[in-house]
Amino acid sequence: MSSFSVTEPTNRTKWFAGTLVIAYALITMIPLVWIGLTGFKSPADAISYPPKYVIGSDSEAGFQPTLEGYVNLFTTRTRQTQDYLDANPPENWADEIVRQYDMVIVGPSKFGERFMNSVIIGFGSTFLSVFLGTLAAYAFSRFKIPLADDLLFFILSTRMMPPIAVAIPIFLMYRQLGLSDTHLGMILLYTAVNISLAVWLLKSFIDGIPTEYEEAALIDGYTRFQAFYKVVLPQAATGIASTAIFCLIFAWNEYAFAVLLTTANAQTAPPFIPTIIGIGGLDWPAIAAGVTLFLLPVMIFTILLRKHLLRGITFGAVRK
Amino acid sequence: MAEVSLKNVSKAFGKIVAVDDISMTIEDGAFVVLLGPTGAGKTTTLRLISGLEKLDSGSVFIGGRDVGNETPAQRDVAMVFQQYSLYPHLTVRDNLAFPLRSPILKTPEDVIAEKIQKIAEVLQIPHKLDNKATELSGGEMQRVSIGRALVRDPSIYLMDEPLSSLDAKLRADLRVELKRIHADLGSTLLYVTHDQIEAMTMATHVGVLEEGRLVQYGTPKDIYENPSSVYVASRLGLPRINILPSELFPGNHKAPQIGLRPENIKQGDGIDAKVMRAEHLGDQTRLHLEVAGHPVTTLTDPHQDYIPETTIKISPLNPLYFDASGARVV
Repeated sequence: MSSFSVTEPTNRTKWFAGTLVIAYALITMIPLVWIGLTGFKSPADAISYPPKYVIGSDSEAGFQPTLEGYVNLFTTRTRQTQDYLDANPPENWADEIVRQYDMVIVGPSKFGERFMNSVIIGFGSTFLSVFLGTLAAYAFSRFKIPLADDLLFFILSTRMMPPIAVAIPIFLMYRQLGLSDTHLGMILLYTAVNISLAVWLLKSFIDGIPTEYEEAALIDGYTRFQAFYKVVLPQAATGIASTAIFCLIFAWNEYAFAVLLTTANAQTAPPFIPTIIGIGGLDWPAIAAGVTLFLLPVMIFTILLRKHLLRGITFGAVRK
Repeated sequence: MAEVSLKNVSKAFGKIVAVDDISMTIEDGAFVVLLGPTGAGKTTTLRLISGLEKLDSGSVFIGGRDVGNETPAQRDVAMVFQQYSLYPHLTVRDNLAFPLRSPILKTPEDVIAEKIQKIAEVLQIPHKLDNKATELSGGEMQRVSIGRALVRDPSIYLMDEPLSSLDAKLRADLRVELKRIHADLGSTLLYVTHDQIEAMTMATHVGVLEEGRLVQYGTPKDIYENPSSVYVASRLGLPRINILPSELFPGNHKAPQIGLRPENIKQGDGIDAKVMRAEHLGDQTRLHLEVAGHPVTTLTDPHQDYIPETTIKISPLNPLYFDASGARVV
């Protein structure tokens, strides 16, 4: 192309922009890659200096990958006498790994349970926030509601103070109500925090869907709710997907309330992971393994919904 | 199909009165065209009948039943929206099937397939049936939206300028097609337009709206030949009727204004008119004249040439008389 175009960037601009984006992406990826690598190191390699970052190499910067971190993450272990160890040969590969420290596996750790708590509470509150948020946003968008603007502002105002400011009242309230350290309690709490975001995001999406579609459906023989379900919902899918991702990221990563309100029963992964303590110091490979696994669900969820998310983030800018 | 009647129907949006005390009866099997400029209340009238807007006062009867408290679905009306309003997430086929699959109609799928095929052929879109609704041109979208109404057999079809975004040829085709569907099925239709050709060619009755009021209701011929006011007379006829002070012409002065349809101006004798220009349209020639400073348009023989700035003689034929406010004087 020799002619100059207003809308098409030149090749040089494209290269420059592309290089910049890739460089930026690589820099932001470093901590993630580091966490991922650390999960497969031995405790000694994890804290060695200069750092080791080449998998399976014998060089100065190389380390031999091991599943030690993951085994430690999922098991509880105890030290045994040499007599016991000699009398009981290792039963499996995981046992073999812990034998090098004269230990045996005595049972599973709490990690699996904590991880499941995170899944239940994270996805439960996301579902509830998006479900209630969609209905509320539709009502705000379509019906004449007295004081609608004030109500919307009120809903938003719940996000204006830092959560920690209400932590103590909520702690006391939850104890009275028997919601402390329960899944339901955490789902309700995260839903309460997320719903303002959900209502506001979804309202702007639903505002963008012309009312004529519902009117056509009403004329075509459907009730208001059927029209909502058959016509509005499919078109709001983009907004619902991106709202769900935002809600899940918040609920999944939340730490302050989780550490305060949950202990034995409903504790989520974020307050649990830092408590993984090894022999004679923090067990960094196990912590890194926990973090790596903890990152996966949000990543998978986002990748599954990314088609919608890309359109969702640019909402308002690309209305036909 | 059913008779639909409005009794003293009014609707205001804030301070703007959109529909002002309209009463009319759309007989079973009638093709009624509502004519009027933008803002005259045509679309609001349709929406009041369909139930998309609530009445401020008055009543709407469909088949003798007061439908004031019924939902649009219960009223059993089909509507073609001016903005198409096709469901963007569905294919053309599913758009057409949408009303048939409603909980009220629950049509069997084989009947749906048959009806869709038939209507698609009428509207010349069978090759587009599996396209997404968003992948159509404006004209195709409009045809699908007409089709979505025509697949049904409702009490009344309500159509809001359904042909407005089609090209001239397709518009002419569909005009004929709608007229044929009306004749074949004996459907009741209420049709909103500001296109007088549509009104004249399709309507059994025409209602003329002015600022929310129904100012005249009758057959197209009646409205054309016996308009009740200058406003109504100006709505039908192309070129528009000439409204002139009656003292321009000698003789009968029973009212201050006369209305002359372009075809009702005789040439040869009478008063002087200066030729401004002639527009040759092929089958006819529009001759623009000036009489004592007033522009006058008339139709004339397509084969004759007129030289600008020359003077010819004209005289009125069957003039209509109007008083100073524009009301007809008979």
